[in-house]
Amino acid sequence: MRAGLAGDEGAYRRLLRELTPFLRTLARSGLARAGRPTAEAEDIAQDVLIAIHTRRSSWIASEPLVPWIRAILKHKLIDFLRRRGTTGHIDTFAEVIAAPAEEPGIATRDVVKLAESLPSGQKAVIRAMFVDGHNTQETASALQMSEGAVRVSLHRGLAGLAKMLRGSI
Amino acid sequence: MKTDDLITALSRDAKRTGPSVQGRIAMAVALGIASAFALMMASLGMRPDVTAATRNMLFDLKIVLVATLAVAAVALVRAVARPEAALPKVVLLVPALILLFGIGHEVATQLPAALPGRLVGDKWAVCLVAIPLLGALPLAAILTAMSAAAPRDATLAGALSGLAAGAIAATFYGLHCTDDSPLFVATWYSLAIGMLAAAGAGIGRRVLAW
Repeated sequence: MRAGLAGDEGAYRRLLRELTPFLRTLARSGLARAGRPTAEAEDIAQDVLIAIHTRRSSWIASEPLVPWIRAILKHKLIDFLRRRGTTGHIDTFAEVIAAPAEEPGIATRDVVKLAESLPSGQKAVIRAMFVDGHNTQETASALQMSEGAVRVSLHRGLAGLAKMLRGSI
Repeated sequence: MKTDDLITALSRDAKRTGPSVQGRIAMAVALGIASAFALMMASLGMRPDVTAATRNMLFDLKIVLVATLAVAAVALVRAVARPEAALPKVVLLVPALILLFGIGHEVATQLPAALPGRLVGDKWAVCLVAIPLLGALPLAAILTAMSAAAPRDATLAGALSGLAAGAIAATFYGLHCTDDSPLFVATWYSLAIGMLAAAGAGIGRRVLAW
């Protein structure tokens, strides 16, 4: 995470990849406790990944990372359950069983489809980066924007997506 | 969408954008202090007898009370910005005890008949208008800093931002205000700071949710 915050793309990707099984497991145990189908765990894991990304400057680099991640997940899980009308009591994730190593990793909703209702500039940036797999520099030249503008659009787009995710679930 | 694709896309945006939330809060507080002080000096000015007033125990008590409330509120804002942190509510004890001492002192040293007049004071209406006005900019600055934070409770985060902004504004308003009775402070300052906290809660509920 520290390297990720410093802009090391590879380290950041590895961190998010390594965190994902942990997020799935916690999400699944939270869902099971609330009596929800555990298939929704992938939706929550994706929500949490986006939240980790957009809120990463709220983590203090000298503090342990795991409590922060757990708190983000708990927040998203409670939010998810509340929106689905479940008043499950989620206090601790004391005992969790390791997730199976192989996961399909496909959520029940499509973030890219949701992005269709974003303003056109943000939609273009999200599409260029998420679907076409461009980095900020390539996106900037493809859309004839400055890199700064791409970054701003991406952040607004991600924030908008996070809002829509909260609305859609 | 595959989670792995999402991760790849997010990691392309790995480069950090701007300072940490804690850094942003510190800057917002500094900006809030500077703006509240400048606005107070430009519009109301120090009370004319400010040098003599510093030898008045009730004036000192008033300033120390609102200043410690500001420090406590900023500590709470810094904690509420972090999803994993517990709120250090105990910091509020310091201003609370100062206020209790002040009220006790007032009741013990003043004639009972004088207490209602001291509570109402001279310029309660100015206090109720000036503190929210002086605190508006600090509140905006703190809420802006909090927009990248991850508070568990957006309403609470907004309310605490308002409390911090209100206490900062009250500290500088206190240098102008000639009502020094702890009864006055407990009533009107609290009400004015409460208005900012309520505004912060209402705004926070809408803009700080994530």
